[in-house]
Order: sequence, then C-alpha cells, then structure tokens
Amino acid sequence: MIPGQFDYHRPSSKQEALQILGELGGDAFPLAGGHSIIPMMKLRLAAPEHLVDLGAIDELKGVSIGGNVIEIGSMTTQHELLTSSELSQACPIIQETSALIADPQVRYCGTIGGNVANGDPGNDMPGLMQCLDATYVLESNSGAREVGARDFYNGIYDTALNEGEIVTLVRIPTPAAGHGYAYCKLKRKVGDYATAAAGVILNMSGSTCQSASIALTNVGDTALYAAEASDSLAGSDLGDDAIDRAVSLAEGITSPVSDMRGSEEYRSKMAGVMVARAIRLAAERAS
Amino acid sequence: MNKQPSRKEREAALEGIGTSRKRVEDPRFTQGKGNYVDDIKLPDMVHGDFVRSPYAHARIKKINTEAALAVPGVLAVLTADDLKPFNLHYMPTLAGDVQAVLADEKVLYQMQEVAFVVATDRYSAADGVELVEVEYEELQPVIDPFTAMDKDAPVLREDIKDAKEVGGHGPRKHPNHIWTWEAGDQKATDKAFKDADVAVEEMISYQRCHASPMETACCVASFDKINGALTVWGTFQAPHVVRTVAALISPLPEHKIRIIAPDIGGGFGNKVGVYPGYIMAIAATVVLGIPVKWVEDRIENLSATAFARDYHMKGELAATKDGKITGLRCYTLADHGAFDACVSASKFPAGLFMICTNSYDIPNAFVSVDGVYTNKTPGGVAYRCSLRVTEAIYMVERMVDILAQKLGMDPAELRMKNMITPDQFPYTTTFGLQYDSGDYPAAFKKAMKAVGYDKLRKEQAKMLEDFKAGKSRKLMGIGISTFTEIVGAGPSRVCDLVGLVGTFDSCEVRVHPTGAAIARFGTKSQGQAHETTYAQILSTEMGIPAADIEIEEGDTDTAPYGMGTWGSRSTPVGGAACANAARKVRAKAQKIAAHVMEVSEKDLEWDIDTFRVKGAPDKAMTMKEVALAAYSNVPEGLEMGLEAVEYYDPPNFTFPYGAYICVVEIDTDTGETAIRSFYALDDCGTRINPMIIEGQVHGGLTEAFAISMGQIIDYDETGNVIGASFLDYFIPTAVETPVWTTDHTVTPCPHHPIGAKGVGESPNVGGVPCFSNAINDAFAALGGVHTQMPHTAPRVWEHAKELGLVA
Amino acid sequence: MASTKVSLTVNGNEVEAEVDSRTLLIHLLREHLNITGPHIGCDTSHCGACTVDLNGKSVKACTVLAVQAQDGDVLTVEGMAAADGTLHPLQQAFMDNHGLQCGFCTPGMLTRAHRLLQENPNPTEEEIRWGISGNLCRCTGYQNIVKAISQAAAQMNMKEAAE
Repeated sequence: MIPGQFDYHRPSSKQEALQILGELGGDAFPLAGGHSIIPMMKLRLAAPEHLVDLGAIDELKGVSIGGNVIEIGSMTTQHELLTSSELSQACPIIQETSALIADPQVRYCGTIGGNVANGDPGNDMPGLMQCLDATYVLESNSGAREVGARDFYNGIYDTALNEGEIVTLVRIPTPAAGHGYAYCKLKRKVGDYATAAAGVILNMSGSTCQSASIALTNVGDTALYAAEASDSLAGSDLGDDAIDRAVSLAEGITSPVSDMRGSEEYRSKMAGVMVARAIRLAAERAS
Repeated sequence: MNKQPSRKEREAALEGIGTSRKRVEDPRFTQGKGNYVDDIKLPDMVHGDFVRSPYAHARIKKINTEAALAVPGVLAVLTADDLKPFNLHYMPTLAGDVQAVLADEKVLYQMQEVAFVVATDRYSAADGVELVEVEYEELQPVIDPFTAMDKDAPVLREDIKDAKEVGGHGPRKHPNHIWTWEAGDQKATDKAFKDADVAVEEMISYQRCHASPMETACCVASFDKINGALTVWGTFQAPHVVRTVAALISPLPEHKIRIIAPDIGGGFGNKVGVYPGYIMAIAATVVLGIPVKWVEDRIENLSATAFARDYHMKGELAATKDGKITGLRCYTLADHGAFDACVSASKFPAGLFMICTNSYDIPNAFVSVDGVYTNKTPGGVAYRCSLRVTEAIYMVERMVDILAQKLGMDPAELRMKNMITPDQFPYTTTFGLQYDSGDYPAAFKKAMKAVGYDKLRKEQAKMLEDFKAGKSRKLMGIGISTFTEIVGAGPSRVCDLVGLVGTFDSCEVRVHPTGAAIARFGTKSQGQAHETTYAQILSTEMGIPAADIEIEEGDTDTAPYGMGTWGSRSTPVGGAACANAARKVRAKAQKIAAHVMEVSEKDLEWDIDTFRVKGAPDKAMTMKEVALAAYSNVPEGLEMGLEAVEYYDPPNFTFPYGAYICVVEIDTDTGETAIRSFYALDDCGTRINPMIIEGQVHGGLTEAFAISMGQIIDYDETGNVIGASFLDYFIPTAVETPVWTTDHTVTPCPHHPIGAKGVGESPNVGGVPCFSNAINDAFAALGGVHTQMPHTAPRVWEHAKELGLVA
Repeated sequence: MASTKVSLTVNGNEVEAEVDSRTLLIHLLREHLNITGPHIGCDTSHCGACTVDLNGKSVKACTVLAVQAQDGDVLTVEGMAAADGTLHPLQQAFMDNHGLQCGFCTPGMLTRAHRLLQENPNPTEEEIRWGISGNLCRCTGYQNIVKAISQAAAQMNMKEAAE
C-alpha cells in the first residue's frame, strides 16, 4: 500500500500554516498525527495534492488550565494528554478516554485536534467534547471563530470547518470540583473503534443529581450529544428507573449501521448499556 | 589433573533430547538480522504488483494498459493474453484442479488477479496499478454454498464446465460441484441410528477464516538468461514441491530451478500452496531477464491468498440411553471458492476428516463431503492443523456435548464412558486408522483434577442461580475437549502430493573431521526452531554437542528432497529421518572405532558420546575422535568420511492427543466473554525441547482463541469480502489473550525412532472446540444447544436474546 | 515531483537520503538505508511490526512519512545492543524466555518494549500487556514475551541500583 504523489509543507508557525492552507485551498490537507489521513492515502481513498504538516508548530501544542477553563492546543497528542498531571486533577475523563483510543504507538502521534476535526464518527474525542460542552477555535488566514463541539458535526467527515480552516485550540469549561465522570467503551479489541461508547459527567448534590451530560460515540453519522437523556437525570436520584429512562432516551437518538461490530439493534442497545454503566460509574466517583 | 566430567555433565554438554535448549535462531532475530524474503535486494531488481478485480463474478470486456505504461518507472503490464502463448494463464493446484494465474476472460472472486504491473520500484508499480483500466460486465455471483448446486445457479467455471471430474475424485453432480467423498460403512451406521435409544443432530459450521501469518506471501524471482537458470526466494513451507511443480509447468528442467525459502515469518498453512504472485514474478523475470520481487500487502493476503475451513457439517450421534455412542454420521458441504486449491493429499480431497471418531470407541460411522465452487477466494489450507482435522474434531466435540445435554449427563462423564481405553491399543478405528498408543482416561482425569472440575460445576450452578434470581447478569461456562490428532503425513502408500511424490521426508548428515557436523532437511521451519531441535536429536543420537551441529533447510540445491513443513509433520517425519540418519552415522562410526581400537565391533558399547570396549571401560574413543579417524584411518572396504542420508517414509501417522478445559464468564448484557482460565494437557510422546513445546502450545491456543472468538472472512451478498484487514480481522493483542496453563503426559509413539508425535497443531485442534464448548455450555442450562462460531460479542448477545435472556 | 533530501540520525549515525514526499519512514529505513530489522506486517498501523523509536516515542514507521523524520533521532532494533556487541537486556531476556518464534514481530516488539521500560521501569504484568498492545504476534501467545519484558525490567533495575 503506497500513497499517491503530493507536495509536502512543513510550516514552523501557525501563521505560516494558515497562509499556506489559505493559498492552496481545497488542494491541501492538514497533517496532524497522520493516522487517519496516511492510511487513507495508502489505500488511495484520499489523494490530496498538498499535505501541510502541523507537527513543527509549537504554539499548537500544550495543555493549560486556568480559571474555569482548560485549553488544549490542537496538536497535543493523546500521549501528552495521558501524561499531563494537571489534567488528571482537573478533568480525568479526558485521560480515561485517551487511554481507550487506538494503541500506545498511535497515541504518541494522534492529536486531539486531528481526532475532533476529522469528522469520523468512530473517533472518541468528538463525543467526549460534546459531553464536556467544549468549544473549538477554528482559524484560517482570514481570522478566527469559535464553534461549540455540539454544533460542529454535520455528518460523516462533514464538519463546520471551511476550506483553509483548521482547529487550533480546544477550550473546555473545567468540570466542577467533585464531579462524577466515566467514559465506557465497548470494543472488539485494543485498537478498535467503539461498537458503542458513552461519556457521562455528573454533578451531584448529596444523592441527587444536579445536572448530567451524556454523549455517545459511533452510533450515528456523528458523535451524539444526548440532550434529553442528560436532562432526564437532573433532579433524579440516579436510581434504576432514572437510569432506565435515560438509557431509553439515549438509545432513541442512535442510528448505527450494521457492520462487523454488530447489527444496528445490537449497537443501539450497547449504546444504552454503556450509558447505564457510565452513569453508575460516574455516580460512584462523584463526591 | 583435570577432573573427569560426570555422566550428567557429559549429557548436559550435549543439549540433546529433553533439554530446554535456548534457540539458536534467536540471536539473529533479536538483532534485526533475520533474512526474510522482503529483505532480499538484488542488483537491478524490479517490483511487481497486481491489478485485482473489484467484482466477485464478472466478464472482462477490455483491459487498457496505456495509461499505466505511461507512468515513469513502469516497465510492463502483463495480462492473461500475454501468458496464453506459454500456457501459463492457468496453474495446477495441490487438489488436482487448475487456478487462473491472471483472470482469463472472467473474474471469479473479488480481489482476483487481473493484471501484473512491473516497475522499477514499488511506488511506481502501485501508481501503474491504479491506472490500468479494466472494463467489466457484472455477472450474478454464487456466494451461499448451499445454493451453488441449485438448478438455476450460474455456471462459475466455464473452463471446466464439461469436465466429468476434478482431481480424479469421481463424477460431478452439477457444473459447480467439484467432488463427493465418502468414508465408512453407511449401512451399518444407518442401522445404528435406527436402533439407537437417543440420537442428536446439529448443523455445525466452521467459518471461513485465514491463517494470516505476520509476514505476507512474497518472493523474488531471478532468471539467469545465459545459464538458463532460475532462482526463486519465497515464502514456501514446501520448497521442493514448488520446484517440481515449476519444472512441470515451465520449459525449464528441474536442475535449472533453485527454490530457496529463507527465514519465514510464520506460515500456519498459508504458505504451502502456490500463488499467482509467484508465477507472475517468475514469468516477469524470464521475460525481462532481471530479478522481480512481489510482496503482498495485508489486505491482499487476507482476501486473495488461501482461506481455511468453510466446512458446514451436519453432525449426528446415536447412543444408548446410558450414554454409549453407537454411531456417528456427518454430511458436510465444503465451500472451496472459485478453484479447488485445497491443500490435501491427492487421494483425500477432504483430508483426514475420518479422524472424526476422535478419542472415542465408536463402532459405526459414515461421513460424506461435497465440495462446491462459489465466487470466493480459493484455498482450503490447514490453518495450524493437519488436513481437515480441526473441522472434524470441532464437529464431534460439539456433538458429544450436545448428546450429553440431551442425555442429561455431564459431558465429562459421557466422554469418559466412550474413550478408547489403554488396553485397546493399538486400536483400529471404524475408518481403519490405526491409533498406536495413548492413555486417554489418564490424561483426562489428570486434567479434571488439575482444574478442580467438580468444584467448578458447583460454582457454575451457583452463578446460574444468581442469574436466574436477577442478582447477576453473568453466566459461567466450562468447556471440555478431549481430542486425538492425526499428524505426520504420512505413509506414502496412502499419502502423496499432486499425485506424484510421496509424503516421506529426509535428512542428510555429515560429520566433519573435527567432530562438528552439518545436517540438511527436506522440511522448512517457519518459527518452529528446527535449527535448534533437529540438532538436539542428532546430538543425542551421535554424541556430538548440539552447539556443534549446523542445521540447514529450505534450499533445494543443497537440501535433500522432502515434502516440507505442514500438518505437524516435521517431528514425526523429518525428526524420524534425522534420528535414523544419525544412527547410520553412529553405525559407521562404530566400525571405525572398532578398527582403530583393534577390537570387534560387537565388543563396543555406546556411552553418551563415546564407544567403550565392554569390560575395559578405559579403552574408549569419543565420537569426536572417531570423526577424525573417519577421514584418515578407516577399515579396509569402508569408504572414507562420515555421513549418511535417510529418506524416511513413516509406517503410520502419529496420534498426539490432549485434554483441555476452559472456564469462561459471559456478560449477557454485552455478549462479551472473559476467559477465566485455560488448562491444556498435551501428550506428544517424547518431548525433544520442553521450552519450545510450551511455546508451540501457547501460540496454538492463542490462534484457537482467535478463531473461536472472532476470526471470520465474510462476504456480503454481492461477493464483497468483508473484514479483510487487521482493523477487522481478529488478531488478539496481549490484552485480550488469555493466560495459558500447560501440562503433559508422555506416551511415546511406538513406531517413531525416538517416540515423538508432533505438537504444533494440537492446541489449535483441541483449543477451538474447547472454547466453543465453554460458550455453549454457559447457555446449556437455559435452553441453548448450539451457536455458531466465531463467538463474537454480538453473536453471543443474539444467542442470549433468542433464549429470552436479554430484554 | 522532485525528490527531497532528508537527514536524520539512525542508531546514532547521521544519515541522509533522497526521498519522495510520499516515501514512508519504513521504506526509507528498509529500502534506502538497508535497515531491515523493522518489518511491514499490515500496512494499516495495526500490527506494530514496523515499530521504531522516533524522538523518544514508539511509532509505526508504515504510517509516518520519511520527511516527518527530518532532523529526527531514530532507534531501530539494530541499534539496541551496546557498541561492544553486548545485547540489550531485552534482547537477552527474549532469548532466555523463548519470547519469539518466527521472529517477524520481534524487532518491533523489542523497540516498543524498550520505550515502555523507559517510561515505566517497573511495569506490572497488566501494564506490560497494555504497553505492547500495539504489537501483534501470531506465534507466541504473548505469555513468554510478557515474561521476558518483566525479567529485563528487573535486570535493568538491578543494574541501575548497582551503579
């Protein structure tokens, strides 16, 4: 498997990258970790004329936590997320999710920006970012704008990104202290995409759920924010009935395809099972 | 004065049979100095790559190579029309059929080879492949083998539509029928079923899967035009067979063809057959006069090289009400894909399927197999098993469990009741196979004791209670398999390849003047460590340290003729040749020693590494000393030198056996299975290297786990191959792979010179039914009888749902 | 399309090669530099046979472009033994524990294990299994590989403590 020909660009600053991407327009594709685009090119399912490697741009890397917001540069790798001690304090669900992506080698290369921007419903970060109500900063040579993760995804490989535009920063409102969290992913083996996965964030007040946020991975054309299911938990005691209701609301918004991971019915049911497990685990972890 | 080494020290210094000698292959493999086919680089070497069919069944209307030829670096684009003048567009298969090298007028499976692009490097070749334009007219495909012989089914093989038979196996019933093979006494078996108190029947499907070694198939072919000599380095488990086939289909004489199998990155049966890539590399080097390399990628490997299994077996058992099995019947539909490229001995189109009476004393049995063509990839290789043995054992081991369920009897008790007992050996099965040795009940009892079988059943009952009471969503399953393998093909009077060469094997050993030695073999290691273990046999037999013995295989110019390594035959056949050749050397050495010490040959006795004069133990000559004498001082009438050749044709197969027990826990909410424990007891006769045996068992069990829990090469209704990459095709990682517990008993094989039976394939043959029985056992008390492999989470969940166990 | 020059350090040696933009790192190593330890097993970044160390990270060289390794520091299995030929404790432990059979996955497995032990010198069995979960082996069933890595870790820690 050999990729077709292309021109390679390796800008050393964000400005330079945006400039090149702007000039080349639709002929160019940004290269982040490369583990989606390079296999596609090797299969000759993608044939960009230009690859713009963002790997040398330091300003797109790093995690910073301040005030009520966590900012993650788009070229921060999964491995870097996993080894960030601040993140393990402020928002451990990011690490729980990162550890379930692909395998160790891929996590050294794969970036949060690539994972959220690619528009692949199998990726885990789009669901997680919707669960966390993150915002993406999109930049092009004509300026910057912000789009909420919950508004970013239109369909398979179809996102709010315009030509020449890249995700430069992911901005996450820091979850409240003592929040409960869990990302539960059913998959066939290490390295696989989810059969179904669910991310849950809970804020508890005693044994009552103040607010909840639930998102689903790989059970639709895009990752899904389960708004009604999330809302249904608010004010509940997270007892079996409340969980059953949330599960059924979450299952209701899924539309998975039948594939080797299972039938449409199975994958939809598994989304429900993952939601239930994630809620219970998150409740256990909440304080 | 130096202290004389003790007997123990002398024995240890040899590192002979029974020692866990460290592998001599490892220094090169751990330092990146292995020599695999794709590591070979020759001056002016070019690369070939295939244009493959996107359709399962289509007529080729036109092939336009113009754009491809315009790609810089592309040297040639070959199609079937280029091969026809040389009659190379079809090649013979091991099953007596022919297979298209490049599709001739129509394609018969997705990913079939249509054109071969040759270019200066692999990048240009890939560019060329993309630009070859092929115009197809789609035809209706046959995907479901059960519809292949329908009246209105399209005729797939137009090239042989009028052929009365294929491979000499008798009349065909339909243009998509290949052969029918039957064995056993049908009348007596039918009567056994008529008279039976109890009978069970179940459709047991063993899914199409793929051996998928880490290294894909590849070769480098180099033709020397001046000398008319062809050299091919390739991923060949049986290099001599490849040379003979090449000589038969090409104008080159056999002595001008040299086949070399260098280091092989795993085979598991996938590298026994001949693939179009080999033929095309050879054709291209002959045309161009420069070396041509062909290397498959993984998707090509999984979708276009030989599959395994795809046997759909309707199994039946008859029994008395107290559980004595009185009859076995099995009708099998075998999906062979578009060409019959099944690896089998030529008289046995369904391989050694008659092993299906397994470890049990079953008086009556009858089996029948129909092979059919479909629009799928050809193959039918024995994926880490002897020919069709894993299919047969899977069927019967499932049926035994199903019978136990029907009788309300514990499956262990039913097995014990029907096992062949030690006093019955040698035991002739109803199919006429002669089992030479074994103590099946002892092995099984040892296994049950080791796992605490009765306690496990109690725990299972408790878990079931909790499940029924709604306290838990987990079910426990206990899987058993007690199996007998048939390996070491085989006696040439019953077994041969391509109707030409018998399945003997060979060893040639030469002792040098200083007492070091070299030995060469007709087999070919693909990871089994022959360089290590053959030297151990030689060392024990000749009294030369294993470290002083070089082992060579895989080069047809230097190695003696042999059938290669498949079907666990290296130890039973190659290992026997090895021991016998060494004994010939020792016999000659004894003559020389007697001559030098001026005693009678009969006055000498062998003592580890030394000939001693009986009654005068200080008068002695070591093998090392004899070796030097062999080149300087031999008795009159004896030739100089110390070497021997053995072509060993085994008197019988060997029959390793085992008893495996597996414990699983099933999460009924997701259908996921956790393997709690797996205990494997193997009896492979004399154990040459316990470390390597254990490694073989670990690997075989891991493959059995992969097959039973996930591996499938599937097709959609239009013939698109599904799951043919490592994203989907289940190769477990270290995380999913269970921890294995191994054990053994030793019952030496009476007809093998050192009593060895072979082990590499037992864990696959015994492992697959063990896992499958465990999954089915978990549901047995809730009404489940049989669910088909692979036992993926969604399939197990569907099963639970059918039984009303999930909401 | 013009080829470009790429320069990097491989196993401590500075090297240069003319490559295409599309040349994969695995082909730079195997074809241009004749470093044939790392292998290609799956082409889709699932098997890890092509694993090498690039700038202190384990990467699958079949899914990295050679140009991405510009100025990089690459370690392959060929660079693991000491200059005097003494094997790396991992290499020795793989031999001592029967951690390989056909040998095809071994170079990738060793370079991956090397990085794992750099990051986690005292891994549990479970951590080893997760740590090598990007490397497939068809022969061994991993049990002896896990054992070998565990033993090498102990050996390396003992040596460090002694120094």
